[in-house]
Amino acid sequence: MLTLAHFITLGAVLFCIAVAGIFLNRKNVLILLMCIELMLLSVNMNFIAFSRFLDVLDGQVFVFFILTVAAAEAAIGLALLVVLFRNRRSISVEDIADLKG
Amino acid sequence: MPIIEIVFYLFSTILVLSALSVITVGNPIHAVLFLVLSFFSAACIWMLLQAEFLAITLVLVYVGAVMVLFLFVVMMLDVNVTPVKEGFARYLPAGVLVALAMAVQLFLVIWTRGMEAVPMPAAEEAGYSHTSALGELLYTRYLYAFEIAAVLLLVAIIAAIALTHRRRPETKYQDPGRQVRVKREDRLRVVKMKSEGEEA
Repeated sequence: MLTLAHFITLGAVLFCIAVAGIFLNRKNVLILLMCIELMLLSVNMNFIAFSRFLDVLDGQVFVFFILTVAAAEAAIGLALLVVLFRNRRSISVEDIADLKG
Repeated sequence: MPIIEIVFYLFSTILVLSALSVITVGNPIHAVLFLVLSFFSAACIWMLLQAEFLAITLVLVYVGAVMVLFLFVVMMLDVNVTPVKEGFARYLPAGVLVALAMAVQLFLVIWTRGMEAVPMPAAEEAGYSHTSALGELLYTRYLYAFEIAAVLLLVAIIAAIALTHRRRPETKYQDPGRQVRVKREDRLRVVKMKSEGEEA
């Protein structure tokens, strides 16, 4: 029988995968952004599972707002990447070290 | 095993495998495509949780717009794939260690605090619409938050355009400020000359 724990576990596994992805792909800003999207997806999964099992719809409203913020974040992040690439001809994290002491 | 569990395990397996592929493939284009697959299977699981509106929104808005934007930027940037993978093996132990530690802690919390005893509530009767219930909530109790979300999207649009917009010196532009500021003396020259009919 499916319980709340199954869905929360799925969200937790997804979140841990995304955290591991941030460690593994430190050189690639694009994949870092994708890992953040995965994290937001796992948080949304938790919200929806709680909203279903506690029978309160407010959780779904929060997912709605998280999707809005995630879309805004993706748009601005990608715009920053485009500007970075235009100025530097590279989006490697290695090359963005001008402020390093 | 009831059908709902088969669906859950099928789509959660696809979700976890595609999420693992996102972080391991290295090629950004493949990563975006695997991300699309994971969003699709997440939408199916949300459908199982009776969040129909959000599942459809995830597919239409997220996969249809945001992921396509990702794909567009990845292809526009034309990132060379070779230096991307470097450091992967170096950070593998640390990444796996941190992820496993977090996973163990989360599982301990989830499986010992009574969450495994919460059963799935009975489905609503036929004809009940979660979408209209969600809309009712969104336009009454969360109306201000909804409007702030709209303003946030507007700010994001303006920020994205302002960041990526560039003036090309070779293109001709209208400058409305200068057009308005123009005076008669700039454009009009009064020439004194004799009328042609006068001499005759």
